[in-house]
Amino acid sequence: MNAPRRNERRIVRDIAHARAGDKGNTSNVNVWAYEPKDYELLKRTLTAERIKRTFPHLIRGQVTRYELPHLNGLNFVMQDALEGGVNASLNLDSHGKSFSYLLLGLELDEQDADRS
Amino acid sequence: MSTFRIGTGAGFSSDRLEPAVDLVERGELDAIVFECLGERTVAFGHRDRMADPQRGYNSLLERRMRALLPACRKAGTVMITNMGAANPRAAAERTLSIARELGLQGLKVACIEGDDVSALVPSNQPFMDEPGTLADIDIPVVGMNAYLGADAIAPALAAGADVIIGGRLADPSMFLAPLAHRFGWDATDMARMGAGTLVGHLLECGMQVTGGYFADPGVKDVANLAACGYPIAEVQPDGSAVITKLADTGGYVSTQTVKEQLLYEVHDPARYLTPDVTADFSRVQIAAAGDNRVKVSNASGTTRPATLKVTVGFDGGFQGEAGVSYAGPAAQQRGQLAAEIMAERMARVHGIKSDLRIDLIGVSSLFATAGLRATEAQDVRLHVALRSRQKEDAETMLWEVESLLCCGPAGGGGYRGAITPCVMTKSVLIPRGRVKPSLQVMVA
Repeated sequence: MNAPRRNERRIVRDIAHARAGDKGNTSNVNVWAYEPKDYELLKRTLTAERIKRTFPHLIRGQVTRYELPHLNGLNFVMQDALEGGVNASLNLDSHGKSFSYLLLGLELDEQDADRS
Repeated sequence: MSTFRIGTGAGFSSDRLEPAVDLVERGELDAIVFECLGERTVAFGHRDRMADPQRGYNSLLERRMRALLPACRKAGTVMITNMGAANPRAAAERTLSIARELGLQGLKVACIEGDDVSALVPSNQPFMDEPGTLADIDIPVVGMNAYLGADAIAPALAAGADVIIGGRLADPSMFLAPLAHRFGWDATDMARMGAGTLVGHLLECGMQVTGGYFADPGVKDVANLAACGYPIAEVQPDGSAVITKLADTGGYVSTQTVKEQLLYEVHDPARYLTPDVTADFSRVQIAAAGDNRVKVSNASGTTRPATLKVTVGFDGGFQGEAGVSYAGPAAQQRGQLAAEIMAERMARVHGIKSDLRIDLIGVSSLFATAGLRATEAQDVRLHVALRSRQKEDAETMLWEVESLLCCGPAGGGGYRGAITPCVMTKSVLIPRGRVKPSLQVMVA
């Protein structure tokens, strides 16, 4: 996507794995840090606000983040995010199965690590 | 210690067959579940049944039963399935006749009905999760099915059925029911209901917990995915379980595959609603327990919902899809030009503007609305999709895309077009007391 990343910034896929599911017009994506040490970086990177702000035309409703700290996991529930859902969407991927890679493609927020 | 071994033989309507036969033959299973019904699948089943009163069940039922009935009988494995879809009675009768053809004398086939609640839901019933009522939809209803829970399946198990066929049996309930039956769990023991529901939730999508929907070369490699095995749960009387698969099958069971499935299609992990329980997965423990073995424990739950979810299916008209491809230098620009021509002609010549979508596969399609575009593509495909109540609109769209071969940009080839019937679904709630599941046991 776009031009090659400047300074080879790392993305979420470098530290975490994810899976997408759908119910009606709501998409949920669960995301898991491979290593416990990266969980804080994952939480800082993937906030509900950032996800909603990054894809304003796609995610029209509320974004809620649930945390499972003992498993280093996050679960994002994105309402009104499937272009009407499988009933109405004309997207080839009307279930949003590919949405895990929307989040895995975001750059990590490593600024705090740079400062320290 | 009595361990109950339960497996999955299908995680959706079109799932693979031969790994299911393999699992029954070598898995020493007490029970195997074929989960074959989604919200839209049941609506399509109703359409099939309207066209032919003897149809409306899963189209792979006959092939599955022919392959699996003998294997299940030999292994002593109970089969539980919602392949009955919109017509469980016809599915059970067909299964019975296949059993007789195969000489499986004495095989007990149970049919669970009562999920069709179309006569019980008032026309002004409000939707479950959006504004409005059923009366606001001006297109024909094709069917209404309530999700039945483990309590609807229990009588069939008590009757000693070998094959249990229903329609809208809830996915995890088909796993919970035989566990509760074997271990004598009480339906008000919410910790056990939660634990059994977790097992069902992890297994209901079949290979999604054994390496399917998971592989990402370089970071999440899966061995021999082409020969992926279906999952097995070895369940203990306390509800904890080991998730695994047959040793020499392809795929991968790890804490990672189990975590991804734990929250698949789950919203609040502490409140996962089923007909049996409000399950709490928020404190579940997931631990490696050997090669392709993962132990899960600590699921719990609170009181089951007072209402049952009902899927209402409507006739959704038609969807047309068509495409033409462009490759080589400036493929993207030629594809873009084709997209502009399509948009103009559909609007100006045909006056069709609504419910039309034009994508450029290879550049911007799945993530188009997310605002992402690739820039280097030299092999792209125009993809046009349209939905309409009028089949003629879809036919017009296909015609226009095909006309691009002669009248569009240079080097366009590979036209394909197809029109498929659509359904639309909505959800409503019904008080559970109004739904009366029924059981009939037939003997081959």
